[in-house]
Amino acid sequence: MKALKIAKSPDDAIKELLSSLFENQKIKGVFSLFYDQDYFYGLVTDKELFNKLTPTAPVMPANGGKMLSRLTMIEPPAVPIAVVLKPCELRAFYELSKLEQANLENLIFISFVCAGVLSLKEIKNNIEEKVANANQKQGLRECCQLCENFVPENADLILPLIDGDNKTTIFIKTERGEELLQGIENNLVEEDFDSAKLSSIKEERSRYREKTWQNLKTENLGIPGLIDIFGRCINCHACGRACPICYCNLCYFDSADNDSGPRVYEAELERRGALRAPSGTIFYHIGRMIHVSLSCVGCGMCSDVCPVSIPVGTIFTRVAEETQRLFNYVPGRNLEEKIPISTFEIKEFEELGEA
Amino acid sequence: MAQTFEPNLIGFLCNWCSYAAADLAGSNKLEVPANLATIRVMCSSRVDPIFILNAYLRGIDGVIIAGCHPGDCHYQTGNYYARRRFALLSKILKTFNLDPHRFRLSWISASEGQRFSQVTKEFAESIQKAGPNPLRKKPFID
Ligand code: SF4
Ligand code: SF4
Ligand code: SF4
Ligand code: FES
Repeated sequence: MKALKIAKSPDDAIKELLSSLFENQKIKGVFSLFYDQDYFYGLVTDKELFNKLTPTAPVMPANGGKMLSRLTMIEPPAVPIAVVLKPCELRAFYELSKLEQANLENLIFISFVCAGVLSLKEIKNNIEEKVANANQKQGLRECCQLCENFVPENADLILPLIDGDNKTTIFIKTERGEELLQGIENNLVEEDFDSAKLSSIKEERSRYREKTWQNLKTENLGIPGLIDIFGRCINCHACGRACPICYCNLCYFDSADNDSGPRVYEAELERRGALRAPSGTIFYHIGRMIHVSLSCVGCGMCSDVCPVSIPVGTIFTRVAEETQRLFNYVPGRNLEEKIPISTFEIKEFEELGEA
Repeated sequence: MAQTFEPNLIGFLCNWCSYAAADLAGSNKLEVPANLATIRVMCSSRVDPIFILNAYLRGIDGVIIAGCHPGDCHYQTGNYYARRRFALLSKILKTFNLDPHRFRLSWISASEGQRFSQVTKEFAESIQKAGPNPLRKKPFID
């Protein structure tokens, strides 16, 4: 694979590359993570602000894929924009494009091998120091520790981020990436990913995942076990709001269908002589699993925004593993693959329906 | 004791086939389970898995979705989508041990009154064996 070497830290290397692309009119703007008093996603067309870029910081204040989909949903940008996203954000963006809520046109994708992000609660204090010291696992989202898809697949340019101090390699994955660099960067080298190093990280993640599933034992939960986990849910629906895959303008669970007016609670009292409030929390969570688990990218936004610290993303990652395996589907892997419930095979699940 | 329990069942029946089959079973005086509440839908693909989840959490003992045989859907492909949704729901229920055996998908054509009677009877018996949905009387679930 062709690669570009820059003797700088990853963030500075990206800044340098983006600046030269900008000066050469190859891009007109950048969508990325920025830092200015706090971390946030932003779209910038003023080059003076490129110094606020912090593209690889281990922070996810919102799922960048969702944020970008909100900008491109109706129309793609009229001019080329470089986009820097983490692998799961990029995959979420791809899923949203399958759902016709995102547009890939005129976007150049840059991504990197992701070591995980800090939980938002962690970075509340001493934000800069925490980010600088975000070493292995300390304060990382659980979903990141479980993540096996930390190597981006569908970006034009990819940074492995394992070069060590002040050395950065940028791999050129696509023809579009090559075109982009043509006439700008002439000192390209041929190089391979250090896949050995990456596979050892993957093994470690897989072991952690196995261990977590063993502790969780979802297959023993039943409704009582789910109440143990979700019982303190205040039904705020923040998990869905933050989730890139929860794509509805009006969530079914916020709709009038779910107002538990007298008709509903009287029936409930007649049946069980009791009522739980807020009601419908288990219904919401299993319902959301039906709606999003096939496309869940395991980003962990849901856990991170939950005000009562329910490990929503861990549970969703677990169920997503099962439902995605059922259809041999990996969200965001390939734009040609339809989301499984929006398609079918004539010959499949043939035992269903015969009984 | 368990033998005397009459399960509460819901049948989502496709208008073009299984609903007619239920009708046929009725006019031929074939036996069908006593507490089967039928809901007519225009196609098996009209059944949102959320309906089934809702019924389950409110304590239903069993739900059967019946539609046209593969290839015979009035809208060509609705039942294939229904089958995928059912597979998805079953997988989620299995993952959390939420009584997947209480839910069934069945293809029953308009002329299969006999099959309608047999499938629903068998289903009711299997639910009788499994016992009532423990959620029915359990307070403070959801
Ligand atoms: S369910 Fe949670 S982990 Fe999955 S995509 Fe949504 S926010 Fe991310
Ligand atoms: S929970 Fe379901 S209905 Fe609500 S926003 Fe998410 S996908 Fe849409
Ligand atoms: S964010 Fe937490 S409290 Fe709010 S609905 Fe989701 S799980 Fe419940
Ligand atoms: S019309 Fe009967 S299943 Fe579609």
